[in-house]
Amino acid sequence: MTAEATPALVGDTQQTAPGPRVRRGSAYPRYLAGKVAGAAVSLLAVLVTSFFLFRLIPGDPVKTMTGGRQVSAGQLAAYREEFGLDLPLWRQFTDYCGKALTGDFGTSYQFRAPVVDKITEALPNTLLLTGTAFVLYTALGVFLGTRSAWRRGGLGDRFNTGLALTLYSIPSFWLGLLLIIVLSVGIGPLPGMFPTGGMESGGKEGFAYVVDVAHHLVLPVVTLVAVEYGQTLLVTRSALLDEMGSDYLTTARAKGLRDDLVRRRHAVPNALLPTVTLIFINLGRTVAGVILVETVFSWPGLGGLFYQALSVPDLPLVQGLFFVFAAAVIVMNTLADLVYPLLDPRVAR
Amino acid sequence: MGTNDQTRSLPRGLRLVAAAGAAALTLTAGLTTPLDPAPRQARAADDGRKVLTVAVAQSVDSLSPFLAVRLLSTSIHRLMYEYLTNYDPKDNHAIAGLATKWEPSPDKLTWTYTIRSNSKWSDGEQATAEDAAWTFNKMMTDSGAATANGSYVGNFRKVTAPSPTKLVIELKKPQATMTALDVPIVPKHVWEKVSDFSEFNNDKSFPVVGNGPFTLTGYKADSYVRLKANKSFWRGTPKFDELVFRYYKDQDAAVSALRKGEVSFVAGSPSLTPAQAASLEGADNIQVNDAPGRRFYALATNPGAQAKNGEKFGDGHPSLLDQRVRNALFLAVDREAVIDKVFQGHAVEGEGYIPPRFQNYFWKPSANQKLAYDPAEAARLLDQAGYKKNGDGKRVGKDGKPITYRVLCHATDPNDKAVGKYLQEWWGELGIGVQLNCLDNVTDPWLAGKYDLAFDGWSVNPDPDFVLSIHTCGALPATPEETGATDNFICDKKYDELYAQQLAEYDPAKRADIVKRMESRLYDLGYMNVMAYPNAVEAFRTDQIRSITTMPAKAGNIYGQDGYWSWWSAVPADSSGSSDNASSTGVVVGIVAGVVVLGGLGAFAAMRRRATAGDRE
Repeated sequence: MTAEATPALVGDTQQTAPGPRVRRGSAYPRYLAGKVAGAAVSLLAVLVTSFFLFRLIPGDPVKTMTGGRQVSAGQLAAYREEFGLDLPLWRQFTDYCGKALTGDFGTSYQFRAPVVDKITEALPNTLLLTGTAFVLYTALGVFLGTRSAWRRGGLGDRFNTGLALTLYSIPSFWLGLLLIIVLSVGIGPLPGMFPTGGMESGGKEGFAYVVDVAHHLVLPVVTLVAVEYGQTLLVTRSALLDEMGSDYLTTARAKGLRDDLVRRRHAVPNALLPTVTLIFINLGRTVAGVILVETVFSWPGLGGLFYQALSVPDLPLVQGLFFVFAAAVIVMNTLADLVYPLLDPRVAR
Repeated sequence: MGTNDQTRSLPRGLRLVAAAGAAALTLTAGLTTPLDPAPRQARAADDGRKVLTVAVAQSVDSLSPFLAVRLLSTSIHRLMYEYLTNYDPKDNHAIAGLATKWEPSPDKLTWTYTIRSNSKWSDGEQATAEDAAWTFNKMMTDSGAATANGSYVGNFRKVTAPSPTKLVIELKKPQATMTALDVPIVPKHVWEKVSDFSEFNNDKSFPVVGNGPFTLTGYKADSYVRLKANKSFWRGTPKFDELVFRYYKDQDAAVSALRKGEVSFVAGSPSLTPAQAASLEGADNIQVNDAPGRRFYALATNPGAQAKNGEKFGDGHPSLLDQRVRNALFLAVDREAVIDKVFQGHAVEGEGYIPPRFQNYFWKPSANQKLAYDPAEAARLLDQAGYKKNGDGKRVGKDGKPITYRVLCHATDPNDKAVGKYLQEWWGELGIGVQLNCLDNVTDPWLAGKYDLAFDGWSVNPDPDFVLSIHTCGALPATPEETGATDNFICDKKYDELYAQQLAEYDPAKRADIVKRMESRLYDLGYMNVMAYPNAVEAFRTDQIRSITTMPAKAGNIYGQDGYWSWWSAVPADSSGSSDNASSTGVVVGIVAGVVVLGGLGAFAAMRRRATAGDRE
C-alpha cells in the first residue's frame, strides 16, 4: 500500500489535493478500455441469449394470436410465413442477428408495428415515471440514511429505519391500491385528490397537458418512492456507520467545523461508494419499468408492454425489450465502473 | 476552508426553504389544478359536451379492420364502420346495416344485397356498393388484407358492384352465414392508397374516415381511444357527444375509478369478479348489470388426438374413448355447486352447447337424456364399462393401473382451479385420481393432444357456425405437426353430416332445428360437457348514463355486443353538480392539508438542523 492510499487521506484530500491523479493518469485508460470491452462482450451475449431464451417459452405465437376466432389452415400458414416461423431455427437466428446489429428488431406479431417504434413509444413514459421516482427515492434515501447514521440509535434513526424497512417490504401493487382507495377515490371526509390511473386525461395541450401528466404522476411516483427509498437509506446508513469512527472526522471536528459540514464534506463523500453502485444499478433498472406499479396505475410503459409481449409470446418484441433492458443495466454498470476511480482512485489500480 | 464552508451555509439554508416551497407547490399544483376533474369530465367536458367514458384493459392490436382481431379493436370498428348487416338487439336476428335488403338466388350460390343510399363517409363522400365490393375483393386478393377476416371470404367466388346500390356475391358452395358477415366495409377512396395492408395500422391520421355511429378522433396506445358522435349517422345521432375508452390495466383500479365517477362504465376483463360485484352492489349511483353471458364453460375430453391423414398422436387416457366413462365423469360433476360455490351465483347451469341468450339455437337435453348429477349412477356406469375398484378403492384401467386423469387448467383463471379442486373430491369418491396441470399457456400440451381432460370455453356469436365448425373432422390438423382449427380433436361422421346440412340451409327455422340436433349429438358423445354459462357482470354509473340498450334487450349485456347498440343508444343523465361541489371542497381540504404537512416537515427539518449543529460544535 502506498502513502496516499490510506482511506482517510484519500477521502479527506480528494477535493483539494490532486495527488492520486498522478497514478490514475497511467492506469485509467487501460481500466476504461477493459470495462468498455467487457460491456461490449456482455451486449453481444445478451443479443444471442435473447433469441434462444424466449424460444423456450411454451406456446405457439400463431396459435395464441388466432385463438378463439375463425381462421383457415391457409391463414395459419400465411402467419407463419410472414413471421418467418416456417424457416429453420438457424436461419431465423442469422436473420435476427443481422437485423439487430443494424438496430432493426423486426415487426411485432401482435401490434403489426416495428418493435423499435413500440419501444420508443413507451420508453419516455417509463422514464418519466421511474426517472422521477429514482431521483426522489435516491435523494430521500441518501438524505435520511446519512442522518440516521449520524444519529445512530436515536429516535429519528429508529423511526426512519423502521419505517423504511416496513415500506420496503410492502408489495408495491398493494400499496398502490391502498393509495388509490385513500387518495384517489377518497375515504370518509377525505376527498379523492388524484386520478385513479393512466398518464393523462386526454384532449389537453400545452401547459395544461404538463400539469395533467404531473397530476397523474403523483400517486405512482409516491408508491415507487415509498417502496424503493429504504434500500438506498439502509446502504447509505451502513456505509456511513463504517466511516464514523475514522480519525479524519475527529480532525475535522477539531478544526472547529460545524457538525453538519463534517458530515457533508468529509464523511459522506467517503461513504458514498456502495451507494453509487446501488444508484447506478437502480438507474439501469429504471428502463425496465416497473410492471406492477405500471399495471396498478395503468401507466403505459415498457413494463406493461413486456408483459403483453411475453403472453403471446411476441418474439420480436420480447427480444427487443429484453435487449434494451439488459443493455441499460450493462451500460449503467459500466458507467458506474468508470465513475468509481474518480471517487476512489484505488479502484483503477 | 472552514470559513468558506461557514459562509456558504446561509444560501444553503435558503435553498432548503426554496426546495421545500417548490415541493409544496408541486404537490399542491398537482392537487389543485385539475383536481378531480374526472367526475365532471365523465358527464360533461369543459365546453359542455357529454362524454361517455368506458374503462378498458385490453390493448388495441390494430385499428385497421383488416388486421384487428381483439374484442376491443373489433368493437371500435363496429362503431367506426358499417357492416352489411347487423343483429337485432332484441333477439339477435339479422337486420339492415349498410345493406337494406338481401336475397339468395334459387341455386343458393348468388347473394344480391341492396346498399342503402343514405350513408355518407365522414369526409362527405357517398358510401356505395363499390366500397363493399372493393373491401371484399381486397381481402380475396391480398393476403395482408385477409389477416383478420379472411375466413369470411374463403368461399367467395366473385364479388361485384353492378350499381352504387347493388352488391353481388357469388359463392363456390352454399353458405347460410351470408347475413352474418362481420366485416367492416371501408371507404375505397381512402384505403386504395394503402400500400402494405399487413403493416398499415390506421392510427396515425385523425379523424379516421368512417360511416358508423362514431368517428375515431384520437388514439394513444394503452392510454385512450376517443371517438366523437357522427351527427349524420343514418340510424340517428348518438346521444353522447363523445365516447372515450380509457385504460385501467388493473381491474380493482377500474372499479375504484367507477366508484369515483372517473369512468361511466366498467366491464371487467372478461367480467367483474364476484367480490368486485358485491362491493359495488348498493353503492350510490352505481348499477351492477349481472347479465346472461355469451360464453359456455365446459370440460373437454380428449377423444384421442388425430390428424386429417388419420395419424394418431398425443397420449389421452384410453379409458376416455368409452362413452360410458365420459358420461360417468359428467354425472359426477355437481353443476349446482359449481354455480353456487365457484361462480357465486353469477352463472347459469350448463345444458346444451349454445348459451340460452341465443334463443333461436338454444337446446337443452330432454329429461331422460340429461346427465344430471348422480354419483351412484356414475359408479354403476364405470363398473359396467369394466373399470372396477381395486382393494385400495381405486378404479383401475385395462392395464391394471389405478386411473388418474390429467386435467389441463388455465393458471390465470381462478375458476379452473376452484372447479379442479371439486373434481378431485367428486371423482376421488368414484375412485378416480385427478392431476391438475395449471399452466400459463396450455396451448402446447393441448395441440399435442397430451392431456386427458381440459377446461374449455368459447364466446358464441349470433351465428353459431364457427363454434360448431371447430368440432368437425375438417377442422383437424392436416398432419400431427400442423395445427388445425379444431378445438379438441372431435371427429364424428354424424355430426359432420349435420354440420354440412345446416350450412346449406337458408331457412332460419329449419337451420336452427339442425343446429339443435348437432348440440344433442355433441351432448351424447360426452366430449364437450358444458358445466355453466358464466354471466357478464358489469357496472355503470346511473348519474352519468340514464339508460342504455342491453343485448338481448331483456336481460342482456352492454360491453362487447354484436352491434353498436349500447354506446349508440346510451342516454346521458342530467348532471346535478352536487359532486362538483364536493370535489371543490376536496380541493380546499387537499391544499390546506398539503401545505400544513409540508410546512410542518420543513419546520421540523430546520429545527433539527440547528439543534444538531449546536449540540456538536
